[in-house]
Amino acid sequence: MASTADTHALQAHGDNHDHGSHGVHSHDDHDHKPSFFARWFLSTNHKDIGTLYLIFAIFAGIVGGALSGFMRWELANPGMQVLPWFTDGNIDAAYHLWNVFITGHGLIMVFFMVMPALIGGFGNWFVPIMIGAPDMAFPRMNNVSYWLTTVAFVLLGISMFVPGPAGFNGAGTGWTVYPPLSTSGHPGPSVDLAIFALHLAGAASILGAINFITTIFNMRAPGMTLHKMPLFVWSVLVTAFLLLLSLPVLAGAITMLLTDRNFGSTFFDPAGGGDPILYQHLFWFFGHPEVYIMILPAFGIVSQIISTFSRKPVFGYLGMAYAMVAIGFVGFVVWAHHMFTVGLSVNTKMYFTAATMIIAVPTGVKIFSWIATMWGGKMTFQTPMLWALGFIFMFTVGGVTGVVLSNGGIDTYMHDTYYVVAHFHYVLSLGAVFGLFAGFYYWFSKMSGREYNELLGKLHFWIFFIGVNVLFFPMHFLGQDGMPRRIPDYPEAFAYWNHIASLGYAIMLVGMVIFFINVFWSLLAGKKAAANPWGEGATTLEWTLSSPPPFHQFETVPDLRNMKGAH
Amino acid sequence: MTKGWASALISNGIKGAAIAAALAFAGTTMAQEAAPVATTAAETVAPVAPPAPAEVGAAVVAGTAEHAAAQNSAIAGYERMKPTEGIGMPVPKGIAIQEQFTPIGKEAKWMLEYILNPVIAFISVFVLALLAWVIIRYRSGAVETPSTTTHNFTIEVVWTLLPAFILLAIAFPSFRLLANQYNPPKADVTIKVTGYQWYWGYEYPDYGGISFDSVVLSKEEAAKNGDPYLLGVDNRIVVPAGKTVKLLITAADVLHSFAVPSFWVKMDAVPGRINESWFKVDRPGVYYGQCSELCGTKHGFMPITVEVLPEEDFKRWVRMKQQQDGIDPTGPGIAIERTPITPAAAAAAVRAAVAPATAPQVTSTAPAAAPVA
Repeated sequence: MASTADTHALQAHGDNHDHGSHGVHSHDDHDHKPSFFARWFLSTNHKDIGTLYLIFAIFAGIVGGALSGFMRWELANPGMQVLPWFTDGNIDAAYHLWNVFITGHGLIMVFFMVMPALIGGFGNWFVPIMIGAPDMAFPRMNNVSYWLTTVAFVLLGISMFVPGPAGFNGAGTGWTVYPPLSTSGHPGPSVDLAIFALHLAGAASILGAINFITTIFNMRAPGMTLHKMPLFVWSVLVTAFLLLLSLPVLAGAITMLLTDRNFGSTFFDPAGGGDPILYQHLFWFFGHPEVYIMILPAFGIVSQIISTFSRKPVFGYLGMAYAMVAIGFVGFVVWAHHMFTVGLSVNTKMYFTAATMIIAVPTGVKIFSWIATMWGGKMTFQTPMLWALGFIFMFTVGGVTGVVLSNGGIDTYMHDTYYVVAHFHYVLSLGAVFGLFAGFYYWFSKMSGREYNELLGKLHFWIFFIGVNVLFFPMHFLGQDGMPRRIPDYPEAFAYWNHIASLGYAIMLVGMVIFFINVFWSLLAGKKAAANPWGEGATTLEWTLSSPPPFHQFETVPDLRNMKGAH
Repeated sequence: MTKGWASALISNGIKGAAIAAALAFAGTTMAQEAAPVATTAAETVAPVAPPAPAEVGAAVVAGTAEHAAAQNSAIAGYERMKPTEGIGMPVPKGIAIQEQFTPIGKEAKWMLEYILNPVIAFISVFVLALLAWVIIRYRSGAVETPSTTTHNFTIEVVWTLLPAFILLAIAFPSFRLLANQYNPPKADVTIKVTGYQWYWGYEYPDYGGISFDSVVLSKEEAAKNGDPYLLGVDNRIVVPAGKTVKLLITAADVLHSFAVPSFWVKMDAVPGRINESWFKVDRPGVYYGQCSELCGTKHGFMPITVEVLPEEDFKRWVRMKQQQDGIDPTGPGIAIERTPITPAAAAAAVRAAVAPATAPQVTSTAPAAAPVA
């Protein structure tokens, strides 16, 4: 991207502000770090806030992953073996606890793991740097976003321990919070707390989206035109628009839920002229863009990594950027494919079938462009590249089962079976999460100043890759054999593949242990990282700065007007 | 009035097929309109009391199952059909769609297995092959200098249009399937299905409102009956083979979803709405499904069992249920058969409607214990 001359100039520029980044405290006020409390609790620095988001996401990921661990453990064999431990042997309470776990797992992984990591973490860290900006447009608001997210997480946590349905604690509504189960079905305050958690997480994301859009539109360095922006920045821009346009709809829907629950309104209650299906339309009008919110930043990360490790600019840059715009746009008009069995008219189903299928076209453009980027390149296979390659294939597998599900007539069978669970875990757990790990390894040295251990990184990749495939691929079989989602116990016929899937979880868990060993080992004893450990393929601006970058970068705005065409 | 002599005519079983059929049709239509609200019917007529939610499921279920079994065995001539292993239920270690027994199911399974699965398998393998190729061919050791090509208009157009054409090709059978799902033959039997936390209620408005609840069997009961655990229920839906069954699906409390995989049927049960679905199964047998929309604590424990009986056996079952529920089979609006309406039959119905004076004579000749058919 940047010409060699520019790179050197920027390198020097970055170094100018690097006096205090290692060891001795610097009195250079350009790089003066605040005290610990002020730095981490009142932070206005995009990199520190990004770090906070990443730490938060890892913590939430452990909680959400532990919940799914108990779920897989319970499903490993027919009968109720595990959850009754938590309920003093009360089987009905264990059944409800199952619903609380699936709800918690879903909400945590979506709102408190994937989104904070990809958007809050990597977005905050690298969007300003990649466009040559010193920070986000609204640094204080950035901090508000972060702390609202943590408070939301706390509220969601509390909701698991207060009364939900009569006699039991916690919200067992599923992450979709469909009424009437979430209204008359849960008289206790747990659902109210979950709604507040979603309100706060949503507000945090809306503020974050405003921040990203403003930053990207107004704070690009001279020469960094929209069509020269790195694709990761494009992906965050599109994501921010999706957040901005979809979250208010969720906020409205769950506010109506709140008033139905507490103030006698009947938006979703047929007894008062309302309709439970209205909620589903509102929820999925948010919910479908939400799945692109989770995957688009991963697309961006993978584009950067494929280009870097192929030592070749991204193939079809404009097609890649506008494919994301197209996916974002079409993502808003396909929501009812989540509702094929609610009793839609045949014409409605035909429309949503067709519209949903169309998404496969820009997605295909992206897959093929990534392969074309590698075509003719000079590829090396460090850990980030392994994750990116894994992403491309696994996302393809998740994508093609999406084409199956897009057919309204076929979805009659598949809806709410494990086939759907397999599909969305392939695009999220093997898609978004692979993108997440790819980005984590790609930028780890940039963020921490230490190199991760390549061997442990590769080991993590291979074990995790095998684990999640053993975990999720059999779910296609279970779904085709007819196993419904969200059940804690199942007919004997489903035992075999459930057992295999649970073994897959155990394999994945080993991979995660290696990941944490790698992170702690690298932070404590990793080699000091160079500014650009990836060589000539890494052309975006973050590699022109030291590792870690100075506390404030680009205080003098870099001039990129001589920059060659993007990628 | 009309309803009375309509059923009487059928009981008599003569007086010209067309007229009888037309009247039967008119009669049942009214019977449907006059069908009592499901909840009321379930409360008053249901042979099985719904389990108290707070109690431990297994104990209650065992009790109700015994109760129901006792009632059923009291009725001569009806025995619970034994399921066939691997038919109408999930297959152990199964990886494929369950065997299908409805026209829609067969069409959909064909589309999935002969169009969609080959296409997606091909695409996945194609992408994997391309990845393998670039990984081997363009690895660092095999390349001197990387190419700088970033555009190729032709290939970009091709990989945009080609997937679009593939999708278009998929769309045609997909739309046909959707259209066929929404284009059922005239219903022979109508069943009202109501989802409750956590059991199903069924009602047959065509036969005087036979109604019963359907509760999951305990492990012991299921073993005794030969039903798979978590799929077997105490009172099954019973339908005639080879007839079109219309389902009117609703819910009384929260969302549920009525699903029978081997019929390719899944329809959400939504409070305040009545959704319609249908199936037509030729093969007598037992078919299982499970609630497919999260409905609270015991969502996983409200299965569905459909027993398809040869028509004669179905009629016997209906008569037994009517006896059990104290329904007079000769009562107003009760029809055991319904023939698709033809222009001749419609004309006959109109004639009959304008000339009711002949009806009482027919009624007077009807035997006291009318045969069901």
